[in-house]
Amino acid sequence: MTNRRHVIALMAGTAVAATASACTDDSQGASGNPEDLSMGEFPRNQTLYTTGAAWAPPGDWNPITPGEVTGLRGLGFESLFLFDPQEAVLTPWLAESGSWTEELVYELKLRSGVKWSDGEQLTADDVKHTLEIGQIESVPYHNIWGWVESVEAVDDLTVRVNFTDARHQEWDNFLYSNVIVPEHVWSQYSEEDILTGTNEDPVVTGPYTIHSYDQDRVAWVKRDDWWATEHLDLEAKPTFIVDIVNTSNEVTLNMLMQSEVDLSNNFLPGITDLLEGQPALSTYFDGPPYMLPGNTAMLIPNTTLKPLDDPAFRRAMAFAISAGEVVDTVYGGMVAASNPTGLLPLWDRYVDQDVVAEHGFQFEPSKAADMLAAAGYEDNDGDGFVEDKDGNAFEFKLNVPAGWTDWEEASRSIASDLRDVGINVTEEFIDAAAVDDARTSGSFQLILNNQSGVSHSPWTHYRYMFQLPINEEQHDANFQRWESQEAWDLTEELAGTASDDPRFQEVLSELQRISLEELPAIPIWYNGIWAQASNQVWTNWPSEAEDTPDAYPCTWNGMWNMGAIYMITELKLAE
Amino acid sequence: MGRYFRRKLLIYGITFFIAVTINFAIPRLMPGDPVARMLSRNAVSNPESSEALRSYFDNLFGLDVPMWQQYLNYWGALFQGDLGVSIFAFPSSVSSVVLDALPYTLALLLPSILLSWFVGNGLGAMAARNKLLDNTVLPIGYLFTAVPYMWLAILLAWTGGIILGWFPVAGGYSFALLPAPTWTFFVDLVQHWFLPFLSLFVVALGGWAIGMRNLVIYELESDYTNYMQALGAPQRLVRRYAFRNAMLPQISGLALQLGVVVGGALVTEAVFAYPGLGSLMLNAIQNQDFFLLQGILLFIVIGVLLFNFLADVVYVLVDPRTRLGLEGGQS
Repeated sequence: MTNRRHVIALMAGTAVAATASACTDDSQGASGNPEDLSMGEFPRNQTLYTTGAAWAPPGDWNPITPGEVTGLRGLGFESLFLFDPQEAVLTPWLAESGSWTEELVYELKLRSGVKWSDGEQLTADDVKHTLEIGQIESVPYHNIWGWVESVEAVDDLTVRVNFTDARHQEWDNFLYSNVIVPEHVWSQYSEEDILTGTNEDPVVTGPYTIHSYDQDRVAWVKRDDWWATEHLDLEAKPTFIVDIVNTSNEVTLNMLMQSEVDLSNNFLPGITDLLEGQPALSTYFDGPPYMLPGNTAMLIPNTTLKPLDDPAFRRAMAFAISAGEVVDTVYGGMVAASNPTGLLPLWDRYVDQDVVAEHGFQFEPSKAADMLAAAGYEDNDGDGFVEDKDGNAFEFKLNVPAGWTDWEEASRSIASDLRDVGINVTEEFIDAAAVDDARTSGSFQLILNNQSGVSHSPWTHYRYMFQLPINEEQHDANFQRWESQEAWDLTEELAGTASDDPRFQEVLSELQRISLEELPAIPIWYNGIWAQASNQVWTNWPSEAEDTPDAYPCTWNGMWNMGAIYMITELKLAE
Repeated sequence: MGRYFRRKLLIYGITFFIAVTINFAIPRLMPGDPVARMLSRNAVSNPESSEALRSYFDNLFGLDVPMWQQYLNYWGALFQGDLGVSIFAFPSSVSSVVLDALPYTLALLLPSILLSWFVGNGLGAMAARNKLLDNTVLPIGYLFTAVPYMWLAILLAWTGGIILGWFPVAGGYSFALLPAPTWTFFVDLVQHWFLPFLSLFVVALGGWAIGMRNLVIYELESDYTNYMQALGAPQRLVRRYAFRNAMLPQISGLALQLGVVVGGALVTEAVFAYPGLGSLMLNAIQNQDFFLLQGILLFIVIGVLLFNFLADVVYVLVDPRTRLGLEGGQS
């Protein structure tokens, strides 16, 4: 690993460097060993350049705590299973198989011959140790110890997990979203090391290991003994992956156009206009919506306020809002309108069409006005806006973070739609941190939020919608502060139900019915998994075409374990 | 003279105390919760464990104690040279994040400020007595100084980087290179450095030149100049006196400029996607990274005070009036 202090030393004495350089030119560059530090330059046709995932200078190689370098979980560390968003199933990865052998017992078989980057074998002890790290209260996956009783390493490659409560959906979530760390390294770590350590020079199982890094980049180099080459006939194509810390949109766009970057996972407004004239640039879909849907953007009403506490009022709002306007005018067709249930397209199979037909909504302003009148909201003072049922006039602010230009435009469009039917809403752009504060403490009136994203199970969406109890501060879910014990009980039941159990769909249909009837949050559009690729150096990017891979073309944290790793193994060099 | 410096040091001491206190207060007056922001930025949303995680981090960053105690802890840590852990670049320490960015900022700003100061003052002084120069250099200087810097920088990046393609558009050095003591790397480093440097140099140049020209003209029209001319002093001598007197405000100006060097050039770094303290500061503000922001501001405070002190010392050396005042003991 090259230390970034090199550059400091160099810059401090550029003159020295200049004179010294004359005699130490990189003549060893062609020695062939990619890890050879004397090689001064990444060969372009062996290197994949990406950007869009990292915001901070790289410095965190610890997969347990939040905020790691791009690719740490996926290129470096690996999970037991991958989530396959096309089929919506888990596929074995480090594990060869896994199944419920008894009602409360889950047994994992590991692949044999998986080697850590320091030469040790992956064993059941590594899995056991990783799970047991979760017993520390501040580890993000500590939740599993609420219903896992114990873990046993039965033999070298078999792990048995005993449960007190078989939370199928939550356990599946653990299986693909958390990575396995080496017991022989991590058992040496103190609790503090685990929670705040940087874990420099990580020992990994994945296809890549850290090559070098500096403030604005991190470089991965391919390992030559990745297990999946033998087990699954997969090979990581680029020898190097260089991820560049995000800069401005203009700079990213320039680098993309000049193919200095192969894949940008940034939101680049107006990119769709450029695609026509740039045959080398591609997105997942050739036409609208261009990008795969990644999460649902919702209008969140504060249901503790009148009249936002009235489901009839909220439903009238839903009928008043034109999602098509947001999609076409604000995003230029880069996103798609949401299903009324708010469930992402990968969960389409779970959408109960009967429930949607009966309780769904669509843009129909005249109907919205009728619904308002029928529910007793009328404009008696003649200002063009309805009053609440007590006859009090109200005026709501729709807050979005200042500077999020697409959201600013979207909120403008939504507020104007609502005003058209007589609901007095104006958009207001405030500091992103102030929006966070308002959302957490419930001191907002209307906000937009998209924290419900792609996952293995619609259960995560309903947890986001209905979680109870409502605390003084709501950090991750139920920002609308809507209280329904029935909905939350059903969500909890869903967590403990296997996806192939017929009860799973029954519970889901019931949850859809509740969310549509009560509409505690109004789904509007799907934000995209922004991805624009340059085909100058690398091709065969994931796309809708038959002969290309279907993986997420995305480097964001968490996406690798949802199959984005297949993008790396399927890339081809351009002719 | 000792008394003069003792008094100066006392004033600097008080300024430092107040500045550091403001440093502490300002980030904390911003709305929002840095830990929540960090967790949501990193998409940690496992509701059942996020509470424990949040309180752990609050404790780690020392945010779970009353404000006065945070303040005392802050001073305590400061005297031990501990600037804390960055929230934005967690778990890196603030000092390491700042020190990694510092070389880029210094390499960019020191040459541009010093060079523009020397060249600008020279040009300005010459323009004050040369009609031709006055009519060419000065208007151009006015133009560059008046043009919004952002626009000029983008224009430079666009022409130099995109249209002509002579210079790269992003990074401190090529993304394909590894830092190594080679000629290739050095050339690349300079190529990446040149445009941001040029933009800063050109803008500052005009300002110094205009200032110097006006100051010299003012001095040339002052009473002592008229008196010297009346006495028949040679033109060279008169001009030398005028130049020396005109330099004094420029020295204070330079000290101020050098003082804020460590603050970085935020816009430059953003436009040219060049690493350094400026973009770091922007990130610190956006992510409410109290500790990183405090660390950077501290560098700025120390920088301003240090260079002002140096300016005081230089004044004593270059301005006999100060020296005489000191010797009279009545400064």
